[in-house]
Amino acid sequence: MTTPVPPDSRPPLVRLRDVHLSFGATEVLKGVDLDVRSGEALSIIGPSGSGKSTILRCINGLIAPQRGEIHVAGTALHQLTREADRLALRKRIGFVFQQFNLFPHLSVLENIAIAPVRILGHPRDEVERHARDLLDRVRLSGKERAYPGELSGGQQQRVAIARALAMRPELVLFDEVTSALDPETVGEVLAVIRDLIRDGLTSVLVTHEMRFAEEISDVVVFTEGGRIVAQGPPDAIFHTNDNPRVTAFITGLGNREPANTGTEGRAR
Amino acid sequence: MAAVAAVAALWAALQPDLAVILIGWVPYLAQGFAMNILISVAAIAIGSLIGLILGVMELAPARWIRAPAITYVHIFRNAPHLVLIFATTYAMPFEITLLGGTVAFPDWLKAVVGLAIPASAHIAEIVRGAIQSIPTAQWESAGSLGFSRLRTLRWIILPQCLRRTLPAWMNLYASIAMGSALASLVGVGELLHAATDASTAVRRTDFTIAVYLTVLVSFFAYCYPISRLTQRLERRFAV
Ligand SMILES: Nc1ncnc2c1ncn2[C@@H]1O[C@H](COP(=O)(O)OP(=O)(O)OP(=O)(O)O)[C@@H](O)[C@H]1O
Ligand SMILES: [Mg+2]
Repeated sequence: MTTPVPPDSRPPLVRLRDVHLSFGATEVLKGVDLDVRSGEALSIIGPSGSGKSTILRCINGLIAPQRGEIHVAGTALHQLTREADRLALRKRIGFVFQQFNLFPHLSVLENIAIAPVRILGHPRDEVERHARDLLDRVRLSGKERAYPGELSGGQQQRVAIARALAMRPELVLFDEVTSALDPETVGEVLAVIRDLIRDGLTSVLVTHEMRFAEEISDVVVFTEGGRIVAQGPPDAIFHTNDNPRVTAFITGLGNREPANTGTEGRAR
Repeated sequence: MAAVAAVAALWAALQPDLAVILIGWVPYLAQGFAMNILISVAAIAIGSLIGLILGVMELAPARWIRAPAITYVHIFRNAPHLVLIFATTYAMPFEITLLGGTVAFPDWLKAVVGLAIPASAHIAEIVRGAIQSIPTAQWESAGSLGFSRLRTLRWIILPQCLRRTLPAWMNLYASIAMGSALASLVGVGELLHAATDASTAVRRTDFTIAVYLTVLVSFFAYCYPISRLTQRLERRFAV
């Protein structure tokens, strides 16, 4: 019998320490500390330009900070100097973009299968079987031969989620994945993400869907001006926080557009 | 095309003797035209391959890869075809010693090189423009799946470029097909050269007119479908 390890004593899957990053003269991240544990869903909220996307891009090594430490899945990302090592890490981290960024020349099935086949070198039949399972999971069975241009935004985004999952990532980063969608299709995408998180997917989500963040997150962090100014369980951030900036942001956003919880999307 | 055929039929009916002479020269002319096709197909094939490599090199992050490609393209993109054909014909050896053996290097092959050089420079620019027209988001999303730069090019970027470059590529093909007639000036036995031979041998003004008309019609028949197809594709892919 092995002694069960208390969850909090395991090293976090993602660990950022004192991360500083500037684009030229503009300081974008001014000392970010962040932990994401396996199986956890962490949401990042905050005003536009506060560095949310930049944090995600640091986690998967698309950009490198000038200072600070980034550990992801046992790799010290800030010490990697070769692009090949960064690529090796990126294979283990999924990324879902605001604008989906599907490959327009490939069918839905090919979009999902191409990376496992060409990058991981897995056998095509096995990959395609997995791809069909994933399509089923994102509720798009029957669309494998469609091209991205023939799908609605919500459908494209669900394909993009399946494409990320096809690499069997240890972590998936979602960057405002519903911001470019028509209101009617937001719900179906959130419903898919909610299911994935329920099934234990480790994820970091940048989102403006406050009610959704509150519902699915284990931890919520609030960024402003390149810093994390508040973090904690959703209840503490959304209801009992004593930070006037956070409250102003949440209520300001809540008044502008009510968050779409996605329940209507589930009952398609 | 129907009009051309009708005029030809009418003319043959009015001038049966001339038609008979012309028909006698057809095999010789056809042999010449086969040379035009060979030269243009070889030139566009070699030009495309080298142009593709140069176009990708032009966008390489490393300066030492980028600089030579950019220089080559600058020099040869606007070099006149005729000058290059003369240069390759008279500056290149008639045989090449390779690994101890000698390989013949006939004039028609030199014409191919002369046409392929500016073609490769043009195609490099077409490829470079097409790669740059693909949104950077495609690079990012491929990168996030673990695609390296070269693999992104191979599997994501270049396949999307293919469609966009097809009309420009076919335009170039048509212009090379017409340019292949320049090879006659350095003595390659292609169609124009064959027509000149025929006209010198027969020495009749009406035959000379007929034989050069045949040359025109042949080139038209080769190039017109290409340019029509190009227009169709341009309309189809217009964004
Ligand atoms: N490649 C870049 N070059 C220069 N500045 C950049 C670059 N990327 C981001 N920035 C700047 O960094 C700051 C933070 O950008 P980031 O995209 O991380 O913000 P964000 O919190 O995701 O905002 P949004 O909610 O609008 O997506 C912004 O001021 C932005 O203009
Ligand atoms: Mg952003």
